[in-house]
Amino acid sequence: MEVDGGARRHGMWAEQDTTPGRIDAGLRELLKERHAENQGYVPARVLNLVVIVDRQWRGEVENRLERVGRYHPSRTVVCAVEPGRTKLDARATTEAVGDPRPGSFCVAQEHVVVDLGPQHLAHLDTIVDPLVITDLSTVVWSPHGHHEGVDALRRLAQVVLLDSIDEPDAHHALTRSHEVSDWAYVVDLAWLRSTPWRERIAASFDPPQWRTELARIAAVTVRHRPDSAVAGLLLLGWLASRLGWRPEAMIATGAARRGRARGGRQEVALRLEPEERMSVPGLAGLTVETASGMSLSLDRGAGGLAATRRDRKGREWSWTVVGASRGEAGILGEGIRQALLRDPTYRQALAAADTLAA
Amino acid sequence: MATVADNPLVEGLERLPVHPTTLTIFGATGDLAKRKLLPALYNLAHEGALPERFNLIGSSRSEMSDDEFRASALESVRRFSRREPDPKVLEALFADVRYVSGSFDDETVYERLAEALEAFDANAGIVFNRAFYLSTAPAFFPVIVQALGGRGLDHHEDSEVRVIIEKPFGTNLLEAQQLNRDVLEVFDESQIYRIDHYLGKETVQNMMAFRFANGMFEPLWNRNYIDNVQITAAEDLSIGSRAGYYDASGALRDLVQNHMLQLLTILCMEPPVSFSADDVRDEKVKVLHSVHRPTAQSVPEMTVRGQYTGGTLGGEPQGGYLEEDGVPEGSRTETYVALRLEVDNWRWAGVPIYLRTGKALARKVTEIAVTLKPVPHLAFEQDGSLGVRPNQIVLTMQPNEGVSISLGAKIPGTRMKIRPVNMEFLYGTSFLSESPEAYERLILDAMRGDATLFTRDDEVEAQWRICDPILQAWGEDDEPVHPYEAGSHGPEAAASLLREGMEWRAI
Repeated sequence: MEVDGGARRHGMWAEQDTTPGRIDAGLRELLKERHAENQGYVPARVLNLVVIVDRQWRGEVENRLERVGRYHPSRTVVCAVEPGRTKLDARATTEAVGDPRPGSFCVAQEHVVVDLGPQHLAHLDTIVDPLVITDLSTVVWSPHGHHEGVDALRRLAQVVLLDSIDEPDAHHALTRSHEVSDWAYVVDLAWLRSTPWRERIAASFDPPQWRTELARIAAVTVRHRPDSAVAGLLLLGWLASRLGWRPEAMIATGAARRGRARGGRQEVALRLEPEERMSVPGLAGLTVETASGMSLSLDRGAGGLAATRRDRKGREWSWTVVGASRGEAGILGEGIRQALLRDPTYRQALAAADTLAA
Repeated sequence: MATVADNPLVEGLERLPVHPTTLTIFGATGDLAKRKLLPALYNLAHEGALPERFNLIGSSRSEMSDDEFRASALESVRRFSRREPDPKVLEALFADVRYVSGSFDDETVYERLAEALEAFDANAGIVFNRAFYLSTAPAFFPVIVQALGGRGLDHHEDSEVRVIIEKPFGTNLLEAQQLNRDVLEVFDESQIYRIDHYLGKETVQNMMAFRFANGMFEPLWNRNYIDNVQITAAEDLSIGSRAGYYDASGALRDLVQNHMLQLLTILCMEPPVSFSADDVRDEKVKVLHSVHRPTAQSVPEMTVRGQYTGGTLGGEPQGGYLEEDGVPEGSRTETYVALRLEVDNWRWAGVPIYLRTGKALARKVTEIAVTLKPVPHLAFEQDGSLGVRPNQIVLTMQPNEGVSISLGAKIPGTRMKIRPVNMEFLYGTSFLSESPEAYERLILDAMRGDATLFTRDDEVEAQWRICDPILQAWGEDDEPVHPYEAGSHGPEAAASLLREGMEWRAI
C-alpha cells in the first residue's frame, strides 16, 4: 500500500436533530468533495465498525481507536448513548494521511458519531443500517455494556468484538460470549491476549520428543492479573478442548481457583493464580507439568517471555522467547484484524472454560 | 518406526511453530545482511514469529568479537528496520550472538563454526535445526558449500540442515549448472533454498490468488481470448554507485533472468495440483521449458537493448550511463531491454509476451498488462469518441498494488458513443495488514522448510536457457545499443518488437 506520509486531513459534516438518511447523504457528499479535491483519495473498504458507548466516555474510546494504527476500520459509526436524549445529533468526518502524489493514492477513512438516547437502543438497527457500507463485514463493539443495542444489531452484524474481562463476573462473561456466538462470530480480546501464550505452548510441545508429553500433562497453573481470570479460564479451556480433557468446575480458594480435568491417561490439576503485581490486563505466566517430571514455565519478561524448561532428570534450562508486547492498543487493533479471519478453536475453548467457571 | 501424532495445539493458530533453529549468516557484515537480513530477523522477533528458540551466528572476513558483531547488528536494525525497534526485544534478540571471523576458504572457520553450533545445542539441551545463509559474493558459494560438507556440517542427526543461497545464481547457464553441481555434491536439493526475493513479495504471491481463487478470469486465460501480454519492470533511478556490479550484469541478468521470468511463469502456469513446493515449481518449470528458445538469428528480431543518456529524472539533471562513476569507457552494457517471447504450449501458442525493464525511466512501475482480443463485430459508431478498445487486465505490483480492468462504457448523451473506463481495485483499500518485507517471509519459510517461494535447480537452469542465447548473440553481434534519454519511456526502437498497430503501454 502506497500511502503518503504527512498530517491528517479532515472533511466534516454535522447536523442536529437529524435522521439516518440525512447522515448517509452527508457522508456521500463528503466523499464526493474529497474525490473532487484529488482523485488520489480513495475510500478504505475493509470493514464497518459500530461502537456503542456511554456518551461521557466517548472520547476515551475514540482515543483507543486512534491508537490502533494500521488496523483502523474503514467506516466507524460511534453510537454515543446519552440519558435523557430524544433526538439524534450527528457528525461525519473523513480522514486521510497526507496528500497523494501523482501516481499514488491516500486511503480515506470515514468516522461518524451519532448522539442518541437509551430508548433508541432497542431499534438501533434502523439507525445504523443506512450508515454501514453494504457488502463489507460489520463489527459491533460495545465496551460499556448496552447489550440491548448489540442484540438489536443481530441482522446487520457478522462479528461482535468484546472483551470478556470487562465483565465483573467470569462466569457471566463467558455465558454472554456463548450467547452472542450463537448468532455472530465473536472476537474476544481476552482470547487474543492469550494468543502469544498459546503459540508458545504449541511450539514448546511441537518437537517430536516433547509432543508425546502432551498426553502426560498432569498440572497446569496459569497466573493472571486479578481482574483477568477469564483470560486464564479461556487458556485452560483451550488446552482442555484441544487435548480432549473433560474439565470440571473449579473451586475458589481465596483469590485463586483450583480444579481438575480428566485427561486421557491421568487427571490434570488446574490452577488459576492472581498476580497482584501485574500492571496490564491479561496473563502473567503459566507452568505446565507432566507426569514424567518435565515442566515448562513461561512468564512475562524483558523483551519477551522468560522460559524455563525442566527435564525428567531435574536439569533446567532458561531462555527468552523474544517478542514485543502489543499493548492494549495493539490488542484492540488485532481484534479488528481478527474480525476478517475465523478461529475455529475459540468456541470449543469457550465451552470448556464455561464448564470450568460454572 | 513409530510416528508422532500431529500436534493438536496448532489448529487455529495463525503462526505455526518453527523448529528451534541456529541461523548462520556468511557475509554477516555485508550490505545485504545489514540492510535486509538483520532487520528482517528483528521484525520477525518483534512479532514473535521467530522459532521459540533461535540462535544467530555471523561469519565474515572482518575481524571482530562477538560483542562487536552484536553492536554492529544492533546498529543495522536501528538504521534499516521498517519499524522503530523495541530496545528490550532488540537486546534480547542479539544477546547471545556468536561471530566467526576468517576467510571463507579457511578450514578453521568451519571448525570454529562447528564448535559454536555444538555449543548452542549443548547449552540448550536440544538439537537445533541449522540454516546457513550465503550472503556473500557469488564466487564464495561453492567454496562455502564445499567447506561445510568437508566439515560434516551438511547434515546433523535429529535435525534439519538447510542452505539458503542468494542471487545471482550464476551469470550464465554454464555457471549455473556448475554451481548446481557443486552445491548438489554436498546438499540434497530438498536442503537448498535459492533466493529470488521477488517471490517473497506479497504482490507476486497475490498473482496466484488472483488467477486461481477467481473463477471469472481463468476461462479467458488462454490464446482464444488473450491477444498479448506486456510485463514491465521500470525503475526511475539510475544505477547510482553500483557501476561495478551493474556493468558486468546489465538489465537482462539483473532483472529478466530472475524476477521477470518469475512473473511470466506465474502468469502462464497451469493450476498446480496443490500449493506444495514441488507442485508449484513443476508447473513453473513447464512454462520455462515451453518458452521458444532464442537463437542467434532470432535475437536481433526479438530483443532491443538500450542505454540511458543524459536527461532529467524527477526534475533533476541526470548524466548518461557512460558518465556514471566506474562505468568503463564505451561500455555496451544494456540499462534497458525489451523482449518478445512466446510460450509454445496449448494455452499460449501464438500469444506474444513482451517484457521490458530499464533504469532511469520516467516512472517506477512493475505491472503485467493482459490485453484481450477485440470484440468480433462492432455495432457502435466510432466517430467523435475514443471508441471501443480491447479490454485490458492490468496487475500492478508496484507502486500501487492492485488490479484494474478497462471496459468500454457509453458516454452519457443521446448517441451511442463509447469510451474506455477503468474498474480499479487497490489492495491498500481492502486489507488492514502491512505487507512484511520479502526477506522476512523467505527467511521464515526456509527455517520452516517450505521451499515454495524458492527457485529449484531445474528452474534456475531453465531460466538461463532462455537468457543465455541472448547474451551470447549480443556478445557476438554489432547490433546497436539504442540510446534513450534518462526520464523517458525507453528507446523508440523497442516499438519494433510489437505487432503493427500495437503500442507499449505508457510507463
